[in-house]
Amino acid sequence: MASNNYYDPKDLRKFGNITEWSEELGTKFFDYYGKVFEEGALTAREKALIALAVSHTEQCPYCIDAYTKDTLQRGVTKEEMMEAIHVGAAIKSGATLVHGVMMMNKVNKLDM
Amino acid sequence: MSLKKKTQSLHKRNDELANANRQLEILSNGIFKNGELPTFANKIKETHQFPLRPKKLEILQINVGYMCNQVCEHCHVDAGPDRKEIMTRETMMQCLEVIRKTEAHTLDLTGGAPEMNPDFRWLVEEASKAGIKDFIVRSNLTIIRANKKYYDLPEFFKKHNVHVVSSMPHWTRGKTDKQRGDGVFDKSIKALQELNAVGYGMPDSDLKLDLVYNPSGAFLPGDQASMESDFKKALMEDFGIKFHNLFAITNLPVSRFLDYLIASENYEDYMYQLVDAYNPAAVENVMCTNTISISWDGWLYDCDFNQMLGLKVASKVKHISEYNEALLNNRNIIISQHCYGCTAGAGSSCQGVVA
Repeated sequence: MASNNYYDPKDLRKFGNITEWSEELGTKFFDYYGKVFEEGALTAREKALIALAVSHTEQCPYCIDAYTKDTLQRGVTKEEMMEAIHVGAAIKSGATLVHGVMMMNKVNKLDM
Repeated sequence: MSLKKKTQSLHKRNDELANANRQLEILSNGIFKNGELPTFANKIKETHQFPLRPKKLEILQINVGYMCNQVCEHCHVDAGPDRKEIMTRETMMQCLEVIRKTEAHTLDLTGGAPEMNPDFRWLVEEASKAGIKDFIVRSNLTIIRANKKYYDLPEFFKKHNVHVVSSMPHWTRGKTDKQRGDGVFDKSIKALQELNAVGYGMPDSDLKLDLVYNPSGAFLPGDQASMESDFKKALMEDFGIKFHNLFAITNLPVSRFLDYLIASENYEDYMYQLVDAYNPAAVENVMCTNTISISWDGWLYDCDFNQMLGLKVASKVKHISEYNEALLNNRNIIISQHCYGCTAGAGSSCQGVVA
């Protein structure tokens, strides 16, 4: 490994290289990936904002780098970007909290 | 990265980047010298497009001076109120001789703020008699509201059927003012409304009003058609403004934008972005293949960027006083790493995307 860090920003540029060790699957993935982000029922701009929010919930540094740049390129404002991330954060924290019902159910069952 | 706003040109500040040779040195050193990234010449050799040669001349672009009422962060001209380089009437007369006999169908006046040249109106009046098909003036919009003497510019443009091309980096105040200076957004909106009021930008109007979008930072422009649709929707909804086309233009690493890239530590990443987005199809139609750029003092260049880098045409004919279109068209275009800016993605030119 050339770097002392697990994450190196330069590695993002090497993403395409994954195809070298499995051409068929790599190519299929990138074809699929490209198709997903094409203009469809949702605009490419809307898809980029979803990707930005998911990049944060997945806490993927490469994705955050890529989709921050991508949304800026599409003219998305800072306010829109932050709102999108809050949507992700709300779902993420909501998903944690809603499991509290499981805890409550279990307590109610076990507790006298 | 947010940096302290500059109010003077690089020239006025005696900054090392005011020197074109220093800029060219930076563009040839580092990642391009150590082979991390290919030089532009080597890149176009891969697709057998070297040397770059002109096609039919279509556009004469005249820079009538570097004086401007704004000091934009990204300006490749390093224009500003402190720049005194202004085209004289004598040089304009030489330009007019060329305009009358050129094969080019488009005349494109730029600056600085071209309207600040004291002989600007005279030049427009004379040039409009030459029967050029498309007569463009690149207006920064705020000049129309800068001083009473400019208030009638929309009527003046209309009278001479000038095609107005104006800069507008975003439909929001924050992004616009950050790039172009405080208060620029509000003045630009007012100017656009005034242009609309005399008929510019209306769907069926011959009075053409186009906007130019430059990204306000170290990133490339998005898809031109989508940006145009977003701009049209927002400007109509918020201000009732109409315009025809949006040209998405990539910022080239020249002059103040190069200064910004270096100061914000974005230079290498930006050059990577440009090289990664290299598109050989854009090379085919890059604007230096159909344009001649003329400087305020009459020298000839392959494009406005080469003008700012002091790279005169590689031809026996180097000055407007000795203009010869046939001889000029038989030349190699001068290139350096800044040219990647015109070949990234869908390409970039003064008329927007090219591929």
